[in-house]
Amino acid sequence: MTTALFECRNLTKFFPIKSLFRETGRVHAVEDVSFTIPEGGTVGLVGESGCGKTTLARTILLLIEPTSGQILFRGEDMVSRSKRELRRFRRETAIVFQDPYSSLDPRMLIADVVGEPLVIHKVAFGEDRDDVVLSLLKRVGLEADHLYRYPHEFSGGQRQRLAIARALAGDPKFILLDEATSALDVSVQAKILNMLNGLKADLGLTYMFISHDLSVVRHLSDHIGVMYLGRMVEYGTRDQVFDTPTHPYTRGLLAAAPSLDPDDRDRPREVVLQGEVPSAVEPPSGCRFHPRCPVCKAQCDRERPELVDIGDGHLVACFPE
Amino acid sequence: MEAREDLLVVDRLKTQFFTYGGLVEALDEVSFEIKKGEIFGLVGESGCGKSVTATSILRLVAKPGKIISGRVLLDGQDLLEKNDHEMNSIRGSRIAMIFQDPTSSLNPVFRIGRQVGEPYVYHQHRGKRQALMDATRILAKTGFPDADEKARNYPHELSGGLRQRAMIAMALTCEPELLIADEPTTNLDVTIGRQILDLVKDLQREFGASVLWITHDMAVVAQMCDRVGVMYAGSIVEKTDVRTLFRNAKHPYTVRLLRAIPSAAKSAETLEEIPGSVPQLIHPPSGCRFHPRCDSAMDVCSQVKPLEIEVEPGHVVACHLFRGKGKVT
Repeated sequence: MTTALFECRNLTKFFPIKSLFRETGRVHAVEDVSFTIPEGGTVGLVGESGCGKTTLARTILLLIEPTSGQILFRGEDMVSRSKRELRRFRRETAIVFQDPYSSLDPRMLIADVVGEPLVIHKVAFGEDRDDVVLSLLKRVGLEADHLYRYPHEFSGGQRQRLAIARALAGDPKFILLDEATSALDVSVQAKILNMLNGLKADLGLTYMFISHDLSVVRHLSDHIGVMYLGRMVEYGTRDQVFDTPTHPYTRGLLAAAPSLDPDDRDRPREVVLQGEVPSAVEPPSGCRFHPRCPVCKAQCDRERPELVDIGDGHLVACFPE
Repeated sequence: MEAREDLLVVDRLKTQFFTYGGLVEALDEVSFEIKKGEIFGLVGESGCGKSVTATSILRLVAKPGKIISGRVLLDGQDLLEKNDHEMNSIRGSRIAMIFQDPTSSLNPVFRIGRQVGEPYVYHQHRGKRQALMDATRILAKTGFPDADEKARNYPHELSGGLRQRAMIAMALTCEPELLIADEPTTNLDVTIGRQILDLVKDLQREFGASVLWITHDMAVVAQMCDRVGVMYAGSIVEKTDVRTLFRNAKHPYTVRLLRAIPSAAKSAETLEEIPGSVPQLIHPPSGCRFHPRCDSAMDVCSQVKPLEIEVEPGHVVACHLFRGKGKVT
C-alpha cells in the first residue's frame, strides 16, 4: 500500500465577484473536491476550460488560499500556515506552467532563472550555484554553454526543459505540470514526455498532470480525475477511467476526442455532447452536468450526486440507473 | 482512384521571405491538387509552411514575403496572374477562409450579424437589411441557438465555440467552391472542437465545397480528411489518401511522426523520438531537408532534393529511398 503524499478533503474555492464595494456573486471554481495523490504516482486531471482544474491544482500548492477544506501533505494540514511554516513545503513542491514563453523572465540569464530557487532556499550561492545549475541543465538535456544565455535564444521545447530544470532545483518531491506539453509540437512533446517519465523514475517524483489532451494524460498518468464545472465527476485508475468510463460526461468527453483510426469516422459515436459548459457563476442546480446529460433523470436537477465507489476505488458522481 | 475533377492545382509553389536575418525559404516547390468535393488535409509541425501555403493560395502573403514562382490554378485559371481587383472578387466568394483564432479575426466593434453579412453586401450587392436577414439565416444553419438575437451581439458576448461558428457562417455566405480552414479547432475544447468538426463536415456535404484543412493534429486528419499532404520544412514529403497514411506511410518523417503520438491503442512506456529539431528555413539543409534527422539517410540525400515518386497510384513520396520504385511525377 502506497502512502498518500497529498490528501485533499472537501476542498472548495470560490472567487468573489465585486462590483464597487459589494460582493455581487461568486465563481464556483472548485467545490467540495476530495482526492489523494499517492507517493510516487502520477495523477492526471482532465476537463474542459473553466472546469476548475488549474484552480484546484494551484490551491493544493497553496498558491491560492482555499475557501474551505483541508490539504494534507504527508498527513499534516497545510491550510492557513504562515509563510515561514510553508517554506519547507514550497521547497518540496514545484510547478511547470503551460507557456514557456511567458514563464521565463526574458531579462534573466539562464543561470539566474534556473538558479533562483537555489538561492531562495539557501542551497547554493555564487559559483557553487552555477555548478548545481549546470548539473540540472544536463539532467534535462541541455549543455554547459547554455548557462549564460537568455531565454529568447531557446526554442519552445528547450524553454520547457529550462522550466523543468528550474522546477527540479529545490530537489522537490512533487511537481505540478499544468498543461506542460500543450504548447509543443508532437515530436517535441514526445521528447519531453519521455524525459518526464525518466526523471520520475530516477528521482522518485510524484506528478500531478493537468491537460486537455486525453491521449497525453493517458500516456503519463496512473490515476485520473475528471472535472466538470468545479466538481470531480469521476476518479479512478487509468484503465478504469479510459476502459470503463462510467459518468456520462467522461463517456462524452472520450467519445468527442478524435481517434487516430480513419475507420472510426463512420462509426456512430456512443454519446454526443451538445451545447457548452454553463457559467460557473450560477452553476446548474443538483448535478452540474444535468442540462447537457443524455441520460438525465428527474432527480438530477434537485439532488447532488456524491462520489461513490463502484468497485476497486473507481469513484463516480452519478445516480445509478 | 475516382475520376473527380481537380478544383485547385498548386504547382511548384515557391514562397520566400526577405527578412533582415536572411532569405527564408518558406515554401520550396509545393505541389498538390484538391479534387471537387474533397477534404484535403495539410499536416505538419509549427513552421513547416502550412499557413504560408494557405496565404499564398489567397495571395495574402504578408511583406516581406513574396511568391517567387509556381502556379495556383482554380478551375484551370492561374490565380497568380489575376490583378488585385479580380483577386478581391475571388476572395470571400469563390475561396473563403476560416482562421484559427476567431477572437482576433472578428472585429470587436461591429455586431455579429453585420460582419457575417458583409460578403453579401460586397460580393452580391445586397442591401444592408437583406444582408442582415440572410446572415441570420446562415447563422442558424451553423447551429446558433436563437440566431435572431445573437446576430445583434458583439463578438465579446459570445463563447469561443460560437465565435468559430460565426466565422464558418461568414465563410459560407457566398457558397465558396474552396474553403480553407487553418486550424479552426486548435483553440477549442475537445467537445466544442468536435462539434465544429461535425458541423464543417455536414455543411461541406450540403454545399459540395472542397476544403483545404490545415492542422497539426493527426487525429483530426484521421477523422476529417479524404486525402492528406504531410509537410516538413517547406516541402510536401508525402501525399496519399487518409487510410494509406495511417496504415502504410512511407516517408521516414511521416513514419516517425506517427510513432511519436501518444496513442490510446499502444500503451508503450516510451514514445519514439525524432532526433534533432526542425531546421531554420534561413539556411535549410541541402538536398532533402529531413536528411540530418533521418536514420535512413544516404549520401545522395544531402546533395539532391528528392523528386516526388508515385509508389502506388495516388501515393506520392518525396524520398530517395523510393528511387526507381515508381514513376516520377
